[in-house]
Amino acid sequence: MKAYFGRRYTLSASHRLHTDALSTEENQAAYGKCNNPHGHGHNYVIEVLVGGEVAPETGMVIDLAVMDDVVQTKVVQRFDHTNLNLDPIFVNRVPTTENLCRTVYGLLQGKLTPARLEYVRVEETENNFFEFSSE
Amino acid sequence: MIELTRRATFSASHYYWNDAWPAEKNEQVFGRCANRNGHGHNYTLEVTVAGEPDKVTGFVVDLKWLKDVMEREVLKAYDHRHLNLETPEFAAQNPTTENIAIASWKRLEPAIRAARGARLTKVRVYETPEIFAEYRGEA
Repeated sequence: MKAYFGRRYTLSASHRLHTDALSTEENQAAYGKCNNPHGHGHNYVIEVLVGGEVAPETGMVIDLAVMDDVVQTKVVQRFDHTNLNLDPIFVNRVPTTENLCRTVYGLLQGKLTPARLEYVRVEETENNFFEFSSE
Repeated sequence: MIELTRRATFSASHYYWNDAWPAEKNEQVFGRCANRNGHGHNYTLEVTVAGEPDKVTGFVVDLKWLKDVMEREVLKAYDHRHLNLETPEFAAQNPTTENIAIASWKRLEPAIRAARGARLTKVRVYETPEIFAEYRGEA
């Protein structure tokens, strides 16, 4: 029987929304205060949902400890208490939460076996969040 | 079509154990959850139904009715209970969050279907604010 298992992780990181493709004025127009030169930070919530068969012998879709280990290693330890702009992934990609969401999905895809990654949701603040799935 | 979700909370105790395995394997696989004295959680149950709003009332279903169904079918059985010891569906399978979501669906679905107002689309169970499982009626 197919069910879904979800887990929420938190990480704190700084970023600045800026692209060299735009002029100084255009960056300010596009990103507003998110373009301030020294950056700012958020407490991000990363919600990861996986789906799969419930194993009869355990009652689980995935071992929580395995899931935690993968997400901690691939995502939380990589980005927690860092400046996202300095991560190689964001050298030529603006670290918007849309892009962070897709990046996290890519880092976890295929790693949460035997379950399958369904979606990654990133909450930047309590009032905005972004979701990416393979659809 | 509109989806409508109602939330309710219950508190229960449980442990994880597979009788087919020796104690060492249970402790290795389930960790602290294998403590036979049990432990407990404040669970949140989210029930989502889908349908067209009624032309007269504007409701997909009456929220009070849905609340009563959730209390009668799920909370009455699970709230302030030891899930392994007091609920028949967990006598032979672990009351994991996944299985609680599936079992809650089985308890709710016939009553919601019989009312013919809306269909059950999703049952989500939070074991803690950070851990949840969902069942969507799939085989």
